Amino acid sequence: MSRALLVRGGNVVDPVAGRNGRADVLLKDGLVAEVADRIEAGDAEVFDAARLHVFPGFIDLHTHLREPGREYAETIHTGLRAAAAGGFTAVCAMPNTSPVNDSREVCEFIRLRGEGAASARLYPVGAISKGQKGEQMTAFGELAEAGAVALSDDGTWLADGGLLRAAFEHAGLFGLPIVQHAEDRSLSEGAPMHEGAVSTRLGLSGQPAVAEAAAVARDLLLADLTRGRLHVAHLSTAASLELVRRAKASGLNVTCEVTPHHLLLTDEEVAASAYSTRTKMNPPLREASDLTALATGLADGTIDAIATDHAPHGADEKAVEFDNAPFGVVGLETAVSVVYDRLVARGRLSLERFAALFGAGPAKAFGLPGGTLAPGSPADLTLFDPETRWKVDPTRFVSKGRSTPFAGWELGGAPAATIVAGTIVWQRVEL
Amino acid sequence: MTAASLRSKDLVGIEPLTPDEITLLLDTAESMRAIGERAIKKVPALRGRMVVNLFFEASTRTRFSFETAEKWLSADSLNFAAKGSSVEKGESLLDTARNLQAMSPDLIVIRHGSPGVPHFLARHLKAGVVNAGDGAHEHPTQALLDALTIRQKLGRVEGLNVTIAGDIAHSRVVRSNIWLLTKMGAKVTVCGPPTLLPVHIDRMGVRATTDFDAALDGADVVMMLRMQLERQGKSLFPSVREYFRHYGLDAKRLSRANPKAIVMHPGPMNRGVEIASDIADSDRSVILEQVSNGVAVRMAVLYLLLGGHPWEGES
Repeated sequence: MSRALLVRGGNVVDPVAGRNGRADVLLKDGLVAEVADRIEAGDAEVFDAARLHVFPGFIDLHTHLREPGREYAETIHTGLRAAAAGGFTAVCAMPNTSPVNDSREVCEFIRLRGEGAASARLYPVGAISKGQKGEQMTAFGELAEAGAVALSDDGTWLADGGLLRAAFEHAGLFGLPIVQHAEDRSLSEGAPMHEGAVSTRLGLSGQPAVAEAAAVARDLLLADLTRGRLHVAHLSTAASLELVRRAKASGLNVTCEVTPHHLLLTDEEVAASAYSTRTKMNPPLREASDLTALATGLADGTIDAIATDHAPHGADEKAVEFDNAPFGVVGLETAVSVVYDRLVARGRLSLERFAALFGAGPAKAFGLPGGTLAPGSPADLTLFDPETRWKVDPTRFVSKGRSTPFAGWELGGAPAATIVAGTIVWQRVEL
Repeated sequence: MTAASLRSKDLVGIEPLTPDEITLLLDTAESMRAIGERAIKKVPALRGRMVVNLFFEASTRTRFSFETAEKWLSADSLNFAAKGSSVEKGESLLDTARNLQAMSPDLIVIRHGSPGVPHFLARHLKAGVVNAGDGAHEHPTQALLDALTIRQKLGRVEGLNVTIAGDIAHSRVVRSNIWLLTKMGAKVTVCGPPTLLPVHIDRMGVRATTDFDAALDGADVVMMLRMQLERQGKSLFPSVREYFRHYGLDAKRLSRANPKAIVMHPGPMNRGVEIASDIADSDRSVILEQVSNGVAVRMAVLYLLLGGHPWEGES
């Protein structure tokens, strides 16, 4: 049993409970015991949150932890500590490890390693197909028993429509969402960036936006047919967003996430950085019109969650030709601050929506506990200092990954402390 | 007003150059031509300077041209030919760069199949970097030698109608030429089959069309691009015969252009695919002049990047 912890005097932002104002939060036995204007400390330890925002713990729906298989790039331990340092109390670990998380054994290994890290929580995502090969379904029930909270073939879009139909139907037995990386490879051809004026100028092949939208459209049709639970991962184009918006309006049970880099950066970044591989990720950075559409989607609720797609690689792996470099950048330690500084502080996103997109939205999308501070909820809190100014310096990341398009950005606002199950697992140290 | 020197230690493309810098390069190349016309083709301008020619992709013309330029300027040169990417070699590009730096070269001439490799080396090396072709991105010395040839034949670049036709999508030559020609005031039309015209190419300041006949109307310069035959059979173009029928340059088509129009090709040519043999060998063709000008242009690039002042000839 952990000691009771009283988080005192913070600005509590809990959109589910309809609260946005100064309050005390009492945490006891790993759960939220009480939220009130004033709570007597009694024998509880007191954490002074006077200048801080207090949010229901932030959950990242899309994290690559690399263990087992590529521990040089990230381990479950370093990844979860990076998550906590970035203000996340929980992450969902994508299954593209080696071996792939397609069995009870691998899933249990990942979950237990996560518990051993005593940091942010880890929720495994299991593969839809064995080896992510898109041929044979995994044992969804066993994966669920081992802790899987969702199913995904991750970087590979499940192109086989028949298999996806069956997956939607079977996953329904266990209440697991199907998470699709929407990319029709026959259209994208694995191109290293977005197809547009910039790819033409730079002489790089491009992935047309329609490669994503066409995949989303097909997935939505099958979700409709099966009444399946679809979650669109890292949605990046205006066209895909419009498809999801219409599907939601027609009553489909679909959710989607976007990443901070797709919200804030365009393909011009590839040119401005002179082909730096820190601007190479999949989906690729899109165009200004996509950014405008995504900002609208954040505000109007079409977008359910902001997720990092944290994808660490070894420095050597990224120090190669742009078109040969692996896709992926890290995001756990920048996502919250970057979105706060560029969208919330500049009045483009309300504090309540911010809280929901990192908390209640992700929790609801994958059916996870948390996302609110209602009594009885997990005692997971993200404490955020809106005044701290800092500069993104990848050499100081907790993550082993260093490649980020936000390197050098000056930001206002930073995570101050991360509380998981009533315990402070990370706290900012001012240097 | 001509610039007195180049601003950068590198020539990664035409895109970053100012019109003044382009004029400086062309004027310098013009004076360099005299060296090649002499019995003893050597000046001591770059004596004691080391140039590394790093070719990750097959090249005859461009590599020989750079080597000749280096020899005529008395630079020491090292040739390094390798195939494939850093990934295939099992060495990161950063390690390649560090190994090069350890040899303290003054200039690196790089040809690579991946766009952006010259930029990467330029970031990590003290030495200057010359892009000798990076994937489908740029081939700046080709555009400079094309401009030099146009200037010699037609007296100017400004105001000319230049039509570039063929595989626009995969061509580094076309991108460098678009930058150079538009910066120098020419009107550029690019033409190719729809599958080989990249999206939004018009945003580079050119007219784009799939109608070859219309593209040729009133052209002062017709630049044909090499069709990469390995693309045949893919959905990009079905057959050589169909390609030539719609996009091959023959006498009948050329008659639509300005009667004094010149015909250019960066080589190597596919006779009978993008250009009829009789046109390639006609007096309208300046293809071999382009090759000769290549050496002068590369001498100018090497000379200016290594800190040379406008070339006044030997004192």
